[in-house]
Amino acid sequence: MKILAIEASGPVAGCALLEDGTLTAEYSVQYKKKHSQSLVPMLNEMKEMLDLNLSSIDFIAVTAGPGSFTGLRIGAATVKGLGLALDKPVLPVPTVDSLACGLYGTDRVICPLMDARRQQVYTGIYENKDGLRILEPQCVTALTEITGKLNELGREVIFLGDGVPVNEEALRDEMKVPYLIAPAHLNRQRAASTAVRAAQIYAEKGEEALVSADDFRPEYLRVPQAERERGDKRNYKVFV
Amino acid sequence: MQKDTYILAIESSCDETAAAVVVNGREVLSNVISSQIDIHTLYGGVVPEIASRKHTERINQVVKKGLSEAGLTLRDMDAIAVTYGPGLVGPLLIGVSEAKALSFATGIPLIGVHHIEGHISANYIADKDLEPPFACLVVSGGHTHLVLVKDYGEYEILGRTQDDAAGEAFDKVAREIGLGYPGGPKIDKVSREGNPAAIDFPRGKVAGSRYDFSFSGMKSSVLNYLNTCKMKNIQISVPDVAASFQQAVVDVLVSHAMWAVEEFHLEKFALAGGVASNTALRAAMEKACSERGVAFYCPPPILCTDNAAMIGSAAYYEYIKGIRSGLDLNAKPGLRLGER
Repeated sequence: MKILAIEASGPVAGCALLEDGTLTAEYSVQYKKKHSQSLVPMLNEMKEMLDLNLSSIDFIAVTAGPGSFTGLRIGAATVKGLGLALDKPVLPVPTVDSLACGLYGTDRVICPLMDARRQQVYTGIYENKDGLRILEPQCVTALTEITGKLNELGREVIFLGDGVPVNEEALRDEMKVPYLIAPAHLNRQRAASTAVRAAQIYAEKGEEALVSADDFRPEYLRVPQAERERGDKRNYKVFV
Repeated sequence: MQKDTYILAIESSCDETAAAVVVNGREVLSNVISSQIDIHTLYGGVVPEIASRKHTERINQVVKKGLSEAGLTLRDMDAIAVTYGPGLVGPLLIGVSEAKALSFATGIPLIGVHHIEGHISANYIADKDLEPPFACLVVSGGHTHLVLVKDYGEYEILGRTQDDAAGEAFDKVAREIGLGYPGGPKIDKVSREGNPAAIDFPRGKVAGSRYDFSFSGMKSSVLNYLNTCKMKNIQISVPDVAASFQQAVVDVLVSHAMWAVEEFHLEKFALAGGVASNTALRAAMEKACSERGVAFYCPPPILCTDNAAMIGSAAYYEYIKGIRSGLDLNAKPGLRLGER
């Protein structure tokens, strides 16, 4: 089975190919260059490096969200174009699950933190001792909400993600249980993790886990600001 | 006999998701447009985040429909064209990302197209015999450009708006007089019952720059007029205000266009862009052209609104010149005409 994985949900642009459990290639860039410029050239380089026949892939895995709205859409439109051209389905992987999947074999609980701005994080709580277990599914929330839950659990924690540097001070203040911060090579979204997580989901759910490229939609976890404010205004008028 | 060139074109620079198949830059086999206007009407204008989300949801369906209505498949295409600017960056990125993925997966060459170049090229579809040189006035909700088309893909911008686009001014005035969004078609319609000479709104000028446009002052004078009437308790006539404002805009557009025709001794003049559907503008421009013995061109409304067929036409002339875009093609919201 060949899984092509694409990552564009956050600061990293990346792609990977997982072939029958072997990670044959992974490209990953976290630099100033925009995903819109780097993602497809990266795919092209991987294809040439591997002499990859694109029609031999089984499905396309993608971190479906949450994440940067623009990043998610660059990933989504790229996946949709590939799916259309190659007639391949998509396996959407929750971004926070993919991040948690990057750490393995630990007794500690895993807490990915993605900077969601507006003093919130995209986060969740996981265990990945011998297979990913979701203790708290991915959500958007205030940092104190998730640190509260972690303190309540009372277990040691590993944090990772681009939400860590932004909230380092707050973590020091809020955390009552011991915690580690994952080192650089395990600290960000990786297309390889998305590919592995996709393989796990596929092993568990089979074809049911797949959606058509046409119907695939990113999972933003937030409504657009204009929609929110429009709702607010309407409520304001109703109640005054 | 040369082989025909089939181009799949994609357009997503604002609130229309569009795909088309065009042969040799002139013949349209399909022209699919999925408009989001109903959604943005709720907000009184295009909301970029919502537009981007809608483009993402519809892009594949629109591209597939474009191909199936043409009775062709992706593999039949000689090139994939996409608008990469100017426009709203979020929406542009959807079309660009989709087009790049299609090009990468199939090996079919990619051509990034300038949105305004597309609008101008709509005239090549509408009139199969039109060839440069000619002058073209591109008027829409986002753009007001008076362009000298010297050759295919060769442009000189004579004038552009220094503030609001003409269509934007229509939208704003329409909102103030309670007509709602989108303002252009609504002002056009209600103006037919009004007196265009009822109120003498100023004709905007830009100091030191004959061909440039300014619509912001004209819009403000309408707002001032409305405020004054309100304070003095004078009942306004919406059709008169609309018709008078429309007349002021049309006068400015026509006079600038005709200066260009005269200065450059042009025999052909073309309109393009969403506001080119305005019936008063069409009629006035046609009359001004015929008085000067100048041939007048204007695409039908379906090619004036944002669409992908026009992008496919513009792309063809790039294609035959050997111009191709790389897989690193990026959306450029502020892309200038003639820039690559």
